[in-house]
Amino acid sequence: MSNQAVQSSKEPFARIVKKAEMSGKNVILLRLMAFILAIIAGGIFILFIGENPFKVYATIVAGAFRSALAFQGTVKIMVPLLITSLGVTLAFKMKFWNIGAEGQIIMGAIFASYFALFHDTLNHTLLIFIMFIAGIIGGGLWGLIPAFFKSKFDTNETLFTLMLNYIALHVVSYLRDGPWMDPASQGYSKIATFSKNAMLDRVFGVHIGWIVAIILTIVVFIYLKYTKQGYEISVVGESHETARYAGMNVRRITLRTMFLSGAICGIAGMIQATGSDKTLTTAVAGGVGFTAIIVAWLAQLNPFMIFVISFLFSILEKGSSVLQSSYGISTDCADVLQGIILFFVLGCELFVRYKFVFRKKGGSK
Amino acid sequence: MDMFLNIFVAAVLAGTPLLFGTVGEIINEKVGHLNLGVEGMMSIGACAGFMVGYMTDNFVLALIASFVAAALSSLIYAVLTVTFMANQNVTGLTLTIFGVGLSNFVGIYMLSKSENGTLKLPANITEQMRDIHIPVLSDLPVVGKLLFSYNPFVYIGIIIAVIVGFYLYRTRIGLNVRAIGENPAAADAGGIKVAKLKYINLLIGGGICGIGGAYCSMIINGGVWINNNVGGLGWIAVALVIFASWKPTHAIGGSFIFGALRVLKYYIPKSVFPFPNAFYDMLPFLITAIVLVIASIRQSKENNIPKSCGVNYFREER
Repeated sequence: MSNQAVQSSKEPFARIVKKAEMSGKNVILLRLMAFILAIIAGGIFILFIGENPFKVYATIVAGAFRSALAFQGTVKIMVPLLITSLGVTLAFKMKFWNIGAEGQIIMGAIFASYFALFHDTLNHTLLIFIMFIAGIIGGGLWGLIPAFFKSKFDTNETLFTLMLNYIALHVVSYLRDGPWMDPASQGYSKIATFSKNAMLDRVFGVHIGWIVAIILTIVVFIYLKYTKQGYEISVVGESHETARYAGMNVRRITLRTMFLSGAICGIAGMIQATGSDKTLTTAVAGGVGFTAIIVAWLAQLNPFMIFVISFLFSILEKGSSVLQSSYGISTDCADVLQGIILFFVLGCELFVRYKFVFRKKGGSK
Repeated sequence: MDMFLNIFVAAVLAGTPLLFGTVGEIINEKVGHLNLGVEGMMSIGACAGFMVGYMTDNFVLALIASFVAAALSSLIYAVLTVTFMANQNVTGLTLTIFGVGLSNFVGIYMLSKSENGTLKLPANITEQMRDIHIPVLSDLPVVGKLLFSYNPFVYIGIIIAVIVGFYLYRTRIGLNVRAIGENPAAADAGGIKVAKLKYINLLIGGGICGIGGAYCSMIINGGVWINNNVGGLGWIAVALVIFASWKPTHAIGGSFIFGALRVLKYYIPKSVFPFPNAFYDMLPFLITAIVLVIASIRQSKENNIPKSCGVNYFREER
């Protein structure tokens, strides 16, 4: 009797157990619920600062769509975010924590900018093509470095790629203050605006980056799902031992995948520099590399979901810039709302894979 | 000699916010959580510390506020990663975006409410934060300036680092904490309350980061609120954890070295070393990357990242 009492008092009030995989429909339903909860929580935050949440949300959505120009702005925000998210997805599928998208974007932009600045007399199509390849090589090499050390010495890739971000950033500020400084700007150090020849063409008012982004979405989807290399990535991600047992060269796969991951991020950098910024600045990545990690993770590494989520993020970002003018709410509001939404969605992931088991009344039997 | 003295003092002042962030992050990583939210937690601490200082004119209250606010933000991280087992990297990055955003948001909000469009800490608290002056000691020729002439944050930081070093490496609870960071399943089997200790240490670590944030908002800009006042120091702190090889006492020297790297460009004439400024800014990260690689080549268990750091612990999967 007393023994039983001891046992029941030791059983925790609630515990978490793994459950069978949920059906896809339920998973989507759960995520939707988390999203709605997050919107409500964000609404409470808005209420707290003395505004009407419905009006603020409506302003955000309207701000992203109200005119052709606004929508083009939204797409412009979306393009680098989408491409970078696709890039990190490759690495994440391999369970390689590439936090270095930020640096890979910058490196891609630097390589592309070299041609934009110093070879801008080339034929336009050829120049764009060369810059595109340069972006791929720049980002790819920057992704290859951590992969090399990871596969050779098992160097922690999260921390290493993080460091590479800042090294890349300061390479830009070095170029800006020194060799690439615009001689025309008196005393103020910046890199010259690219000549028209080195800028991306526009289709429907937005630079062609959006077409590249759509193509990449499809290519990455096919690559991961239907090719041998894509399959190898997921096997390595599940278990190095299994991959080795199956005769795969884990090292080569790691290096190859990280090159591709970095290369895609490099494309994003090239597009941001030549399409949107029209010059190279230290803000060329501007946190996109970090946001992309969140987007890729929320989308469960599914390229089409990445498309949807990066679109939603861009609406929030673009719409929030309108809040400033209409309500005097600072644009930082977007980051706060983003954070709140993410916290909820991250929290809900638990319920996809696990469930709570509560202690039954009167001890367990 | 005078220049050396000036560099040293400037290095200590520039290194102090890093020291708090580093010690906080060391606690987090030692308990198995690679928290990339340092920047966010510091920003929240910066905001809470400054605003409470602004309103109450009390230094101690401001310190407590920065600690508590950052610990609360760390609680979000702890709930999500310990209980809800969310991905640590993603949660940490989210915390950074959220923290920096919230800090700036509150800052702008308070600025709009202020009378003349600026926020400046009142007189009393400024007096309390002034560089200390110990009658005889501070007046000693060189030593006085070298050791006894800083604002209170510097001493608080060093004391915290020493205490945390003692706590992690010389006490039984500290041993348990490190056991969790290396192998939570074994720790759990050994009867250590894994989840409880994770929560406690994540909160303490977050709180310490918050005090570092308060330094950024209250000291660096001379008591005037400026947005984005943490400005990436949180990320340098993450780097510094590696440089200090996960030891709080090493973090003291490490943060002053990194502080020196941050101010060196103002002191070394370009005629001596013609390095561009960007090179000095890059150095902390470059050195850290090299240290990281060397540590992994040497495979030293002592000076390496805790083994289960970054991996969530699910009891029924051990």
